[in-house]
Amino acid sequence: MSKAIELYGQQAKERRQRAGEWIVENLVRISGISAIVFVVLVFFFLIREGLPAFWQVQPGNLFGTKWYPTFGFFGILPLICGSLLVTVGAIVIALPLGIATAIYMRELAPGWLREILKPLVEILAGIPSVVLGFLGMVAVAPLLRTWLDMPTGLSAFAGALMLAYMALPTIISVADDAIDAVPKSYRDAALALGANHWQTIWRVVLPAARSGVLIGVMLGIGRAIGETMAVMMVTGNAARMPDGLLAIFQPARTMTATIAAEMGEVANGSTHYHVLFAVGIVLFVITFLINALASVLMVRSGPRRGGQLLG
Amino acid sequence: MCKRRFGGLILISLVILLVAGGCGSTSTPSAATAAPAGGQSIENKGSDTLVNLALAWAEAYAKVKPNVRISVTGGGSGTGIAALLNGTVDIANASRSLSEEEKAAAKAEGFEANQITVAMDAIAVIVNPSNPVSDLTIQQLSDIYTGRITNWKQVGGEDRPIVLLSRESNSGTYVYFLENVVRQGRADSTDLFSPNALLMPSSEGISNEIRQNPNAIGYDGLGYVTPDVKVIRVAAKPGGEYVMPTADTVVQGKYPIARGLYMVTRGQPTGAVADYLQWIKGPEGQAIVRQLGFVPLQGQ
Repeated sequence: MSKAIELYGQQAKERRQRAGEWIVENLVRISGISAIVFVVLVFFFLIREGLPAFWQVQPGNLFGTKWYPTFGFFGILPLICGSLLVTVGAIVIALPLGIATAIYMRELAPGWLREILKPLVEILAGIPSVVLGFLGMVAVAPLLRTWLDMPTGLSAFAGALMLAYMALPTIISVADDAIDAVPKSYRDAALALGANHWQTIWRVVLPAARSGVLIGVMLGIGRAIGETMAVMMVTGNAARMPDGLLAIFQPARTMTATIAAEMGEVANGSTHYHVLFAVGIVLFVITFLINALASVLMVRSGPRRGGQLLG
Repeated sequence: MCKRRFGGLILISLVILLVAGGCGSTSTPSAATAAPAGGQSIENKGSDTLVNLALAWAEAYAKVKPNVRISVTGGGSGTGIAALLNGTVDIANASRSLSEEEKAAAKAEGFEANQITVAMDAIAVIVNPSNPVSDLTIQQLSDIYTGRITNWKQVGGEDRPIVLLSRESNSGTYVYFLENVVRQGRADSTDLFSPNALLMPSSEGISNEIRQNPNAIGYDGLGYVTPDVKVIRVAAKPGGEYVMPTADTVVQGKYPIARGLYMVTRGQPTGAVADYLQWIKGPEGQAIVRQLGFVPLQGQ
């Protein structure tokens, strides 16, 4: 009899546990699915608001070189070029700096310095972009003007500098992890073969960590192209077509800054409103492609082909 | 693992996108004067040029008529008029006259848009204090802003490139400057701002760049001009008199780039709105106009 009660009690306990598990499982499931639902909703909203632009505006106008939305010129090419100019500039500046910092932190710096550097880099990531933008507008742009003898410091280059600063923490921490993941045996083998420290880093460690470093770069690009506030404050926002590489020292207008500056004052449902969403779609497609590329690289990275590298 | 990271990446990109889009609703100053229960309320929205003035009026009026609650928001002339058409505000502030489309839209909504001049504003052309140029004609300003003149020595200054500063394209000041300076008031002109013109998101952005860059030229409402920039004297025609923008020259009609600032209502105002507009046009309201650096209406 007492055994039966005990058994019953145990069953009840199990049932309770199972019920608890069921609730938790479903909560987790719902939060997981809701993320997807939000993504899809946002995407559909963007499409619904942005697509009308493609038949309300002549294609020749929409993909033209004049952006005067108040006067019916909706050419988004200068905006796309502006975004690319600033982003590419930022990556060119941030890439060598970021990788060099990661190598130094992981391979060369003494342990105590590493312990200081790592959190500092993370703090760097936490600086609000509007603060950087203000810094850029008040301090960096005037300095650039006097040092480089530019007509104005508010230029794509100032934007690229600010964005490079913002992309650096991402690049450094991902590259740092990638270098850390290179097995110690690779280094040992390289050193045993007579390579010096620098040769080991440059010829063995970096190539082995290549895909991880590339992912860091991709994420950095994603961060840079979507950045708004700092860019709006320092690039001068002139929607001009770049005329060669030196255009980086000229003002530029990015897609994000355009949306931010104009969305607040645009009449709901007007052509201009739809075009701004269309710009959002273009931006979405670009960031999506970059992130997809990063994930493909991540999938491919898989097992390291160390043997080939040493051969 | 990889799949999950992928989803996360999409999410990150979306967040970036959302942030980019979300910034659109740029914060605009807003104030609501506390009102006792049962009081009337007036919603007032529109031009960023007028927003400080409208706020000052609302605050002063709260002392005159404590039972009337006035809330003021900025956002731009176009935004305010759109809100008036939607019926969400009682008074729209505008730093430009209503367009024909807007008047037609008001008719379609079943009312006549009633535009009342509440103050005058001069648009000052400003340069760095170290710039030797101090006089320009409207023609020269037009040539400068369309990009036909690109160096200061072409208008009697130093051999420096000209950096053009402008407000964002939805600002009423931008539209006014384009129609009356760049196009010189000619309806048939299709001149546009040079694509090299820097569109600054704020008045502060313009004065900050002017303050430190000797190449720059900019324009802004007289009420926003700070003492550390140099104001250009403007002549309507070559050979005409170069005039400094001040309250007096605007009232006398001498300064060529001056405009009315308007409040727009749905039809003839009644009740509290009518009283408020009457007070604004009266001596007390116009005294505040002068205090804030704008130009009071004639006869005040």
